[in-house]
Amino acid sequence: MAHVFAHTTSGRAESASRAQPLWNPYLAGVFLGLVLLATYLVTGRGLGAVGGFSSLAAWLTGLASPEHVTANAVHSRYWNDGAPLASWTLFLLGGAFIGAWLSARRAGRIEWTVERGPRVSDSQRMWLAFAGGFIAAFGAKIAKGCTSGQALTGGSILNVGSLVFMAAVFAAAYGLAYFVRKEWL
Amino acid sequence: MFPLASHIDFSVTASLAIAALLGLGFGIALERAGFGSARRLTAVFYLYDMAVVKVMFTAIVTAMTGIAVLAGIGALDLAELYVEPTFLSAQLIGGLVFGAGFIIGGYCPGTTIAAMASGRKDGFAFAAGMLAGVMAYAELTPGIETWIRSNATADLTLPSVTGIAMGWWTLGFIGFLVFAAWGMGRLEQAFAHLRPRG
Repeated sequence: MAHVFAHTTSGRAESASRAQPLWNPYLAGVFLGLVLLATYLVTGRGLGAVGGFSSLAAWLTGLASPEHVTANAVHSRYWNDGAPLASWTLFLLGGAFIGAWLSARRAGRIEWTVERGPRVSDSQRMWLAFAGGFIAAFGAKIAKGCTSGQALTGGSILNVGSLVFMAAVFAAAYGLAYFVRKEWL
Repeated sequence: MFPLASHIDFSVTASLAIAALLGLGFGIALERAGFGSARRLTAVFYLYDMAVVKVMFTAIVTAMTGIAVLAGIGALDLAELYVEPTFLSAQLIGGLVFGAGFIIGGYCPGTTIAAMASGRKDGFAFAAGMLAGVMAYAELTPGIETWIRSNATADLTLPSVTGIAMGWWTLGFIGFLVFAAWGMGRLEQAFAHLRPRG
């Protein structure tokens, strides 16, 4: 596998020289929209991502104590009668990992690196990524969805709550962008 | 006719295979959009690269158009589509918290998958943080869960609230996308100096 990962010292992913160009954003959007449409047409529901993490969390907790999972208001929803890993969204994420990996490999975009701006260290960025993931998961659990499950999926059927969610996400991120600019710029 | 799941009873295996197949397309779309990179994702918040909004908005309008047209010709039963229940306070508060996590962490739950698949170590850190966050939410704040579930109301969509049919909304969104595309081009020019070099 070593040859798959091009090592860089700068931590600047965009400096990868052999990588093919990305798709035009509008073209990528149409493709993503067609995947979402196909998901609706087959399953009657849209895409999601947080649910996969919730299933993993229920599975991990169940390794320690299945009784605790079934008694917990959050975990019990993902217990799936003792088979939390047989989760639709978890399989969706598994497919997404493989799809993204094939796509990145074909385009020469796989790089074992840390994405960050030039003014933070790798370890600072790793802790910020962990903290951001923690906060985002909390928000997604409160809102019952994320950029996929609420914004894309709910937005395309004009769900009012999803549109409010999307507006709130962008409002908070734009509001905080100035304060974390060192991490990115 | 559609959705298929309303008159075909997929087995668990078939259902999971469908999930993996759709996921394949999902992953390719995210990766080709450049969403495996935290710096490209967060660029939208510094206005020098609006790809996140371009991709998301186009995806929403594309799916919306497909749904409106198929429902219009009677090939899709809109009533069979699952609509996430509405609880505006939770969606507002959750959205604000989620947005903070997005700009601090650099990813969202779907894009962190594309990041891990393209070797980004910070994508793994974000995913680990998410897992910890879900565990903490389940253990520390079951009260929030009960509060949300007991306050969620039935489906609330723009067509049902306003009485204006989905087709008109779709046309409106297409028009707005064209206008927004022009505006985002102007923004990117105005903030091009923020784009990191190298």
